[in-house]
Amino acid sequence: MFKPISVAVAAAGLAVFAASAMPAFSQGTLRIGMTAADIPLTTGQPDQGFEGFRFAGYTIYDALVNWDLSKADTIADIRPGLATEWAPVEGDPKRWVFKLRQGVTFHDGSAFDADVVIWNLDKVLNDKSPQFDPKQLAQVRARIPTLVSYRAIDKYTIELTTKVVNSLFPYDMSYVFFSSPTNWEKQAKDWNKVALQPSGTGPFKVDRVVPRERLELSRFADYWDKARVPKLDKVLLFPMPEAATRTAALLAGQVDWIEVPAPDAIPRLKQGGMAIVTNKYPHNWAYQPSMVEGSPWTDIRVRKAANLAIDRAGLKKLLGDMMIESKGAVYPGHPWFGSPSFDIKYDPEAAKKLLAEAGYSATKKPKIKIAISTSGSGQMLPLPMNEYVQENLNAVGFDASFEVMEWNALVTFGFQPVTGDASKKAGTNGINISRATVDPYSAFMRLYHSEYVPPKGANWGLLKDAKLDELIDKAHTSFDRAAQTKALADVHSYIVDQAYWVYIAHDLNPRAMSPKVKGFVQAQSWFQDLTPITMQ
Amino acid sequence: MLLYALRRLIYLVPVAFGVSLLVFALVHLAPGDPISAIVPPDAPQEVVDKLKEYYGFDKPLPVQYLRWLAVTLTGDFGTSIGTGRPVATEVASAFGNTIILAISATTLAFSLAIFLGTAAAYAKTRIVDRLVTLISLVGVSVPHFWLAIVLVIIFSVELGMLPPMGLGPENATGWRLDWPHIQHMILPTIALSVIPLGVMTRTVRATIKDILNAEFVTALQAKGMNDRQILFHVLKNAAPTCLAVMGLQAGNLIGGSILIETVFAWPGTGFLLNSAIFRRDLPILQGTTLVLAFFFMMLNLTVDVIQTMVDPRIKRG
Repeated sequence: MFKPISVAVAAAGLAVFAASAMPAFSQGTLRIGMTAADIPLTTGQPDQGFEGFRFAGYTIYDALVNWDLSKADTIADIRPGLATEWAPVEGDPKRWVFKLRQGVTFHDGSAFDADVVIWNLDKVLNDKSPQFDPKQLAQVRARIPTLVSYRAIDKYTIELTTKVVNSLFPYDMSYVFFSSPTNWEKQAKDWNKVALQPSGTGPFKVDRVVPRERLELSRFADYWDKARVPKLDKVLLFPMPEAATRTAALLAGQVDWIEVPAPDAIPRLKQGGMAIVTNKYPHNWAYQPSMVEGSPWTDIRVRKAANLAIDRAGLKKLLGDMMIESKGAVYPGHPWFGSPSFDIKYDPEAAKKLLAEAGYSATKKPKIKIAISTSGSGQMLPLPMNEYVQENLNAVGFDASFEVMEWNALVTFGFQPVTGDASKKAGTNGINISRATVDPYSAFMRLYHSEYVPPKGANWGLLKDAKLDELIDKAHTSFDRAAQTKALADVHSYIVDQAYWVYIAHDLNPRAMSPKVKGFVQAQSWFQDLTPITMQ
Repeated sequence: MLLYALRRLIYLVPVAFGVSLLVFALVHLAPGDPISAIVPPDAPQEVVDKLKEYYGFDKPLPVQYLRWLAVTLTGDFGTSIGTGRPVATEVASAFGNTIILAISATTLAFSLAIFLGTAAAYAKTRIVDRLVTLISLVGVSVPHFWLAIVLVIIFSVELGMLPPMGLGPENATGWRLDWPHIQHMILPTIALSVIPLGVMTRTVRATIKDILNAEFVTALQAKGMNDRQILFHVLKNAAPTCLAVMGLQAGNLIGGSILIETVFAWPGTGFLLNSAIFRRDLPILQGTTLVLAFFFMMLNLTVDVIQTMVDPRIKRG
């Protein structure tokens, strides 16, 4: 029989041994499995879509205008970041004055001021500047389409000029991150070296970048926003493009959090005690139709019929509840949803009636051919979803078919409008690229305004509606916040009433995490805040 | 022998040129645009044009090929358009990781195949032969990526015995020979070795069985040699055929591990290729494919030379 004292000593010894055998950062370390196949660019403007912004953007860097990601119950909106306030110049609304935050330092200890802002804007907009980086330009130029010039007024004030009046310009500036010029000098003025040892002003600093293996971040204790100094010691990010790998890694305890679990793995993850976290966010999975002469989509009755033909509840079931049934470009409850009179729902009889009214019958069906991808960023599960929608459409009298291609090929396909060679050759009159509707420009201007035909924008179907243009322009020239929101709601109500797209689904941004992860609030956004998280 | 090896090496030059041309043509034939993969879908055309010019994609294809060939001959391979890192560094680090996995899978598959194939050929009872045949049939039939997922579910998720992904523990960089890293190798090694195990077992079994029926084996038995001595002669005669198949299988392990490396997030050439394909990172695609093709050619050359050493009749032929 062991004596109690021996047992206590043995237990204490075992505990000390166990503690010493634990990995060096087992406390306060969050390990995340990303869907990306490589570490996103860490130089400032991340690649790999919004996943790159989420993990290598707002973690390491700040924008002049940041996103408020602290709430789950309302859509995320912008808030002061490296700029404390901004306003257009009275009488000349194309000029914007941004007041910069004082006392901000980069991870390398250098100071942030107006010269840094100008240096960073030159980095992406001035190809004559020594720090010009085409890779960062590629990631950000489309996000700031109206910015044409910039200058420093004093050490903490800058002026930015847009080519047209754009009241929503502050949203654009939420995508521009600021890298440290001092660090760039220190890294021999080589962006490839900066990528391995970057320096931003964000809440996390980079400890190590191991290409294709992991990105190691740690708390930046001197972060300017004391309320957002990370509670975690470290965040480790692993590229895991294969969903089954991510699921296994989470269940085996090799990571604590995975992005986008496969819908069919969710019951197993729940069974393994993992939490599935979802929330609405500005995502739109829809068909963008051709509006050129001869396309069946030019008839509003056909567009409405397609919108009424789709059994979204069935589709939701197919996806294991991981979607919201669309009623427009944004979901009900969103500030821009407005009050459309056309209710998008499943009503196959009404759809058949509309097609009959439009002159179609069993022998004369509206032929639609949609360009779709086999996978891709934000595309959810495109093949089964499209096949489901195809059955629904054909059931009410459409003759629906697809031009299937790989994601990158579809993106390239979308670089030309429907009248381009690629679409003509494929015979398509619709395209299925999921869209982020984060800000008013992304949600409406680039997709519906007649001046934003590819390659300038993404109005692929050549929609041209003077009234809609006017409504969008009004939203972009309203400087009063309430009037701006009302104008955007009017735009949305109008596009739903005109059934300009076939609205099908909004993703729910699912991620699975271990019960050890505490304090995470999933914002209604593509971006998320890792700073309040703790590990239990 | 040296002359023979040199002559074979010279033959590789036109083959290498053909391979480089093929590699370049194939990656450019695929639909999609390398620039579209690194810019957002609605990037302005001026940005796309500027990037095309920057990376040289605005030049005619023959010019692009010659420029690529020129830098490749210097061992430079250019720069990844996805990451900005030098292709040579990217490929070298990934290739090192793939070789580690390939060597372990080759060792496991070939040693087991030689043992099982020989045992089946020598088997006095049909049950052993049938069992080995079944193993080899399963080996060549089971999709290795499916097996990889099943192995992960059993040994990582359910039993928690082995890590499901990665090159090593979370706080380590690169591969080294220690138990935590070996643990990370076990499942990918097993998954990767299944196909060569099946193919080689069948080859070894059939070759040895064939040789055992040869007249010289009867002569050796008549001379009073014991089984072990006869086995030595049989294996020596089986070696050329088995070596040829082994060379091909080893080459396949290097180039064919894209699925296994993706399932196990193993940062090798397969993982690199997967990422490069989706990013349309042409310099990485070209560089990796070319290195793999050269490795395959060198491996075949080595196998040919070894075969000639084992069986001089091949050289005469």
